[in-house]
Amino acid sequence: MNGSIHLWPEQASAYGSEVDHLVFAFTVLIVILSAPVFILIVVFAVKYRRGKPANRRHARNRNVWVEVSWSIIPFLALIGFYVWASDLFARLYHPPVDALEINVVAKQWMWKFEHPQGQGEINELHVPVGEPVKLTMASQDVIHSLFIPALRIKQDVVPGRYTGTWFTADKPGTYRLTCAEFCGADHSTMGGSFIVLSRADYAKWLAQSGTDMSLAAAGAALFRERGCSGCHGPAATVHAPSLAGLYGSPVPLQSGQVVIADDEYIRDSILLPQKQIAAGYPPIMPTFQNVLNEEDVLKLVAYIKSLRTTEATQ
Amino acid sequence: MAETPLAARPPYSEPRQQHDAAMMGMYLFLGSEIMLFGGIFAVAAVIRILHPADIVESSRALHYLIGALNTGVLLTSSFFVASAVEATKGGRRRAGATWLAAAAVAGLVFLVVKGYEYGAEYREGLLPLPGADTQFRTAPQHLFMNLYVLATGLHAIHLLIGIVLLSVLAPCLAFGKVRLPDRGILIIAAALYWHLVDVIWVFIYPVFYLAR
Amino acid sequence: MTDTALPQPESSNFQNEGLSETGTERVSYLRAGHSLSSWLLTTDHKRIAILYLIAVTFFFFIGGTAAALIRLDLLTPQGDLLTNEGYNRAFTIHGVIMVWFFLIPSIPNTFGNFLIPLMIGAKDLAFPKLNLASWYIFMAGGLFTLFVLIAGGVDTGWTFYTPLSSMFAHGSVVLAAVAVFIAGFSSILTGLNFIVTIHKLRCPGMTWRRLPLFVWSIYATSIILVLATPVLAITLVLIAAERLFGLGIFDPALGGDPLLYQHLFWFYSHPAVYIMVLPALGVASELVAAAARKPIFGYQFVAGSSIAIAIIGFLVWGHHMFVAGQSMYASAVFSFLSLAVAVPSGIKVYNWTATLYKGHISLDPPFLFAMSFIGLFTVGGLTGLILAMLAIDVHVHDTYFVVAHFHYIMVGGTVSAFFGALNYWWPKMIGRTYSLVWGRLSAILIFLGFNLTFFPQFLLGYLGMPRRYHVYPPEFQLLHVFSTVGAGLLGVAYVMPFAYLYYSMRYGTPAGFNPWGATGLEWTVPSPPPKHNFETIPVVDSLPYQYDVELEEDHG
Repeated sequence: MNGSIHLWPEQASAYGSEVDHLVFAFTVLIVILSAPVFILIVVFAVKYRRGKPANRRHARNRNVWVEVSWSIIPFLALIGFYVWASDLFARLYHPPVDALEINVVAKQWMWKFEHPQGQGEINELHVPVGEPVKLTMASQDVIHSLFIPALRIKQDVVPGRYTGTWFTADKPGTYRLTCAEFCGADHSTMGGSFIVLSRADYAKWLAQSGTDMSLAAAGAALFRERGCSGCHGPAATVHAPSLAGLYGSPVPLQSGQVVIADDEYIRDSILLPQKQIAAGYPPIMPTFQNVLNEEDVLKLVAYIKSLRTTEATQ
Repeated sequence: MAETPLAARPPYSEPRQQHDAAMMGMYLFLGSEIMLFGGIFAVAAVIRILHPADIVESSRALHYLIGALNTGVLLTSSFFVASAVEATKGGRRRAGATWLAAAAVAGLVFLVVKGYEYGAEYREGLLPLPGADTQFRTAPQHLFMNLYVLATGLHAIHLLIGIVLLSVLAPCLAFGKVRLPDRGILIIAAALYWHLVDVIWVFIYPVFYLAR
Repeated sequence: MTDTALPQPESSNFQNEGLSETGTERVSYLRAGHSLSSWLLTTDHKRIAILYLIAVTFFFFIGGTAAALIRLDLLTPQGDLLTNEGYNRAFTIHGVIMVWFFLIPSIPNTFGNFLIPLMIGAKDLAFPKLNLASWYIFMAGGLFTLFVLIAGGVDTGWTFYTPLSSMFAHGSVVLAAVAVFIAGFSSILTGLNFIVTIHKLRCPGMTWRRLPLFVWSIYATSIILVLATPVLAITLVLIAAERLFGLGIFDPALGGDPLLYQHLFWFYSHPAVYIMVLPALGVASELVAAAARKPIFGYQFVAGSSIAIAIIGFLVWGHHMFVAGQSMYASAVFSFLSLAVAVPSGIKVYNWTATLYKGHISLDPPFLFAMSFIGLFTVGGLTGLILAMLAIDVHVHDTYFVVAHFHYIMVGGTVSAFFGALNYWWPKMIGRTYSLVWGRLSAILIFLGFNLTFFPQFLLGYLGMPRRYHVYPPEFQLLHVFSTVGAGLLGVAYVMPFAYLYYSMRYGTPAGFNPWGATGLEWTVPSPPPKHNFETIPVVDSLPYQYDVELEEDHG
């Protein structure tokens, strides 16, 4: 048995320490709110014990002002904390644009991580210190949840869509990484290590974890193998939208809406092509639902993303 | 037919109180039924928001004229049931029983028409029953038809319960097994249930057939 | 027969060699028929309450046994007692049985059944036969569930999240859904019965402002039962259809949405939390007033807050989904509404404390349970606020912090209130007093055992121990050992009330009409009450909790 009790979890990011500050401050508030209850119950139970003489005159049965004040004042204090907590939470939805993008695929019962240059790893996630990292996560089967306690972040990974989160780890070390959403028989074994490396070590690690090609290159290969290029390629005769420069741009839909072509949109266009039909194109794209797995789709998304940058450089 | 009102049953002190309690209980039960179907309508709304184009296309494939016919049949049956209640209140047993029977028959007509419609959909490859040979262009259309079968099936089960209820009550009423006026509450409660099943259809029809 | 007899000094309980039947008992509901069928076919709300009491006690110990298995297994990080699958089945049994077959029916179906007619001056519930039917439906659902969980095995947890439950889990998910569906009917019919009874069967003079607070809380509970349970029913139908026929509503491959399941499920299950705790709040209000021998402070606020909790409770389900992938704005709204629940809950706690001020406070067993209820409910409620804070929830969601939080509400709160109610109304139900010493001892042991079990889990949660984990990192072992030791203490303490209460049935002294000197119509009838409750329907002409002031003690 491990004799020592840790009373506070390790912390590996500035965001994590801000969450801790919030928890500390909020704990102080709830102690202030509840201490009167605990203390007064004991005091009253002693002082006004049945049969014991005490001054019991003028006990009131109601006092609306007192009651209103002890409903409103704590609530106002809570609203202050609500703003603080929500502001912190909202940050998780706004990753920096230059973040390192790592793909995560969860399946019963393992985590797969894919770095942009194509390095893949299982149940271990290596990241560089001090650099924002954005995770784009997909599930191959049931709902999982990526939980890195040292960063104080957690995000469910839901089949049928991408979810994401981001962080900047600022302390090198090895931390725990687990699945927090119950996902079947071996749920409790679905975890591993979250390893924060110095930039130099990270570069070394990338170099060691040799790989044939980057994610985008793998996606490009799939694009040809699976016949995507037959319609979407430059020489195609079929009337299909060109994908160059698509990522991040607005797409007018047949329904009159305009959506931004983000990861989710590209994923849906491959797997559920009828969901959002680009205006001016016939809805003839077949679904690739049973053909491609989530990892393949993520590679294709990476490839289509890369078309944006190549165009920009041209 | 001289029927003296019975005294109220044990927990009640007067018949009026007993009548009010029974009515209130029935309304609460119906409220709970509405929440049950409310769940289905919420799901229908969600999949429509998720897949507007697919849902419109699936809805177009449904036989809206048959649905309209059935809506008419059910509305008529509600009229029959309402007439039965009026007749019962006036103490006219025979008339009340006849109206109830007519409503039950209308309910059966609805089920027969619905069965015919299911058959047609089955042949067109629209009905996603286990083992059926279905042809859907897209997954959400399959999903829509699944929900359609579930919603109309659940409604049909409710209607079947209503038909059984009316078929039992009609002879009881005709042959004096139901004491009037104090047990007339049975007829009123059954009628309320029937109206609810009817109203639920009035929502199912536009949500599934007319969502085009 | 005096109607203000206080409990005898506790030592006398044990000197009695068991009394023969008293005159009151001979005409009571307990002796109105001795055959088995006079119990199993009864429409007397008091007998049905006893049937429920036996049933929920049985389910409590089944669920408790599963909990004991879980805690023993967690003594070691690698979990030597059970397999992974076995562990998952154990916590599923624990959750399903405790939620649907103990917590939801515990206080409403036993004490609500027994007390509502007595408290409002009625001879029975509005629909006595329906009441009996509810019990049979409940038992059918309960025994079927038990059979499915033990013989078939279900390993999805009580939440049945899709697509795990619909496509991936082995075991009898469909049968379990059917079983819970059946039990739901019982909930709806019971809730409906209570609402109609409270509306239509109040005795003359029992206006809404004179209703005992327990009745108010059961009324609020019943509204939720009638309106939320059907949504659970349709959700279970959708799950079963998904599993049997590939319905696809929650299946992303068909364009369905797994999160839709969570929305539907929590639309029921969050209000269901209030189904479990509102009756406990009502019990606490009764007990605090009786303990202090004073009118409850701010009756209208306390009554109104029950209704407010019931209403707001329907609007906060999304706080279970902050990290599930719902939109940021939805999370922000649900977080805010969840904080709003704190207002009516806070009113109750503060008003109870104020009620004790200048009271004549008794520390007899029911009142000790009530005070430990207030303490534990306060901790549970405030840690609930921590969970409602978005950024904090991201860290502690689905960890032992959540486990500790809802056990403080459900076990520290509802179970404490259940035992408080049992100790308070036992002399009324059975007509005998019990040993106050053993009662106090068990109240204190339950309080200590509970805190030892669940407080370490707050720490575990913040340290990052996810819930539903069979094997865990070794650094968490010490806190788990504390928790298991506490659970052992708690288990022993939970058996004690059943032992001394059973003993009191045979050897307790007759209780008299009103052993606690409390107000309320239920204390104006003999203990145990006669079959039809009231010889003549009472007339109420004053507010509830009008205690006489004991002037001789008032000068200090």
